[in-house]
Amino acid sequence: MVPTPKILPCGDSAVTIEFGDRIDPDVNGMVLALDDIIRARAPEGLLETVPTYRSLTVQFDPVTTDYDALIRLVTEETKDLAPRNAVGRRWRVPVVYGGDFGSDLDEVAQTHGMTPNQLIEIHSSAIYRIYMIGFLPGFTYLGGLDKRIATSRRVQPRAKIPAGTIMIGGEQAGIAPMDMPSGWHNLGLTPVRPYAPERDPVFLFAAGDEIVFEPVDASRWEALEKAARAGEPVAEEMRP
Amino acid sequence: MTDLLVKSCGPMTTLQDRGRLGFQGFGVSPSGAMDRRALAMANVLVGNAPETAAIEFMNLGGSFTCEGGDLHVALVGAGAAMSIDGTPVPPQTSAILKEGQVLDIGHPRTGTFAYLAIDGGFAVEPQLGSLSFHLRSRLGGLNGAALKAGDRLPCRGSGDEREPMQLVVQPPEDGGAIRVMLGPQDDYFPSETICLFLESDFTVSPQADRMGFQLTGPRLEHAKGFNIVSDGIVDGHIQVPGSGQPIVLMRDRQTAGGYPKIATVISADLGRFAQLRPGTTLRFRAVERAEALAAARGLKDWLAALPSQLTPVRFNLTTEHLLSRNLIGGTVDALASAPHE
Repeated sequence: MVPTPKILPCGDSAVTIEFGDRIDPDVNGMVLALDDIIRARAPEGLLETVPTYRSLTVQFDPVTTDYDALIRLVTEETKDLAPRNAVGRRWRVPVVYGGDFGSDLDEVAQTHGMTPNQLIEIHSSAIYRIYMIGFLPGFTYLGGLDKRIATSRRVQPRAKIPAGTIMIGGEQAGIAPMDMPSGWHNLGLTPVRPYAPERDPVFLFAAGDEIVFEPVDASRWEALEKAARAGEPVAEEMRP
Repeated sequence: MTDLLVKSCGPMTTLQDRGRLGFQGFGVSPSGAMDRRALAMANVLVGNAPETAAIEFMNLGGSFTCEGGDLHVALVGAGAAMSIDGTPVPPQTSAILKEGQVLDIGHPRTGTFAYLAIDGGFAVEPQLGSLSFHLRSRLGGLNGAALKAGDRLPCRGSGDEREPMQLVVQPPEDGGAIRVMLGPQDDYFPSETICLFLESDFTVSPQADRMGFQLTGPRLEHAKGFNIVSDGIVDGHIQVPGSGQPIVLMRDRQTAGGYPKIATVISADLGRFAQLRPGTTLRFRAVERAEALAAARGLKDWLAALPSQLTPVRFNLTTEHLLSRNLIGGTVDALASAPHE
């Protein structure tokens, strides 16, 4: 049963087609499937498409695009849409949890009435799916966070958290690809750089890939960080 | 080849063009000029295509010289003024910067952003298709950075005979309030909040940069909380975080984000909004798609007509000349009325 997507106007130059309001592989698969179709059909005035967890934002030139025709195309194409579930790679990402590496670990553990080690155990035993890359170059939005440690975002966002921060916000998890503002909670730090403009590939991960976090001691930080600075991915590709 | 040399400038003096399209799916912000009208006017004055990369000044001016030849330059935006060796250049007028002369750019006065265009643009390698500098991803600009004292910018130079030009043109109709279309998440707010949003004054806070403008005003309450699953973001989205104080997302915005977005500034009004300085009070007005589209068409036509409004400065504008071009009405002093942003 294909749900009827919601058509949400985003001003005069974009529209968001929303397949759901939750993090779900099938919802994400529908988004990726519609993205394939819109890109292939390339209606006049199309500027670009932005697939996210649960919706596809289509950006266009308002003057040259026939908006009604675009909506008709979307309505028609989503009637019998099948989700696209890409088979991706699985990455092992080393993380130093807590202390100076993850300043919110203790507080988040306390919020859920558990010890920091219990929280680390739960966070590092899940398999996360990369639903989308967004917000900043290479920022991975991860689904698969255990509901027991889902944590409402901070009321006051922070102006700057360091690159490599392993964080959670609501039911989402992520890795900061660079210093960035954030309203999420910092659990740890990885030397892995998801985005490195001087490296080939510039972007390490792709939507549809999976990630597993591996707790490592602070004593390993310097060696891993040095390798990452030298252009090594540090993240290890695993066989799923 | 002629180089433009930076003697001094503010910290957010950057190269900006139309922006970096096509990489939002990888999380790459489009960035681009905050005020496209001013960018286009500066470019048209020196004979460039309207979206050629120019130097964007944010809040502060700067000082430049050139080496290896002369440059045809124009500055437009926010009432900023330029002078060459201390001689002021009239508003919306291009000038020839000769080797050895000093070009001084004043602070933007009536807004925040001004644009210095050079004929032919800059011979700088684009990154991901654009020269637009994006601070957080260190993309674009000169070697992934904003401009600073000591920088040397190679200029293409059109090779054409250069002649100072003047652009006598009024800004397009705008109608006062900043126009928005409600959505995409207006259903996350009770109707009282929507009314409050549309009927209250908001003030641009000092936290206003190329990424977003934080506004202060009455607290906008959510109906269903402020945690949503992150979805796509576009220029002009107005997101409301837990504090209830809206943030208008600007050119350097993220590509996706997770606060409910109550409304979206229409494309035609975003450049005008970008020029509102901290402390300015504004109101929003909700419009339907038809009005937003008419405004977008109006702006596009206005931009397309710019080259036809150019006047060589040697004509030494007279009232008769301006009236003959049907650009101004009534009896005014042509030189005194030279409009600025």
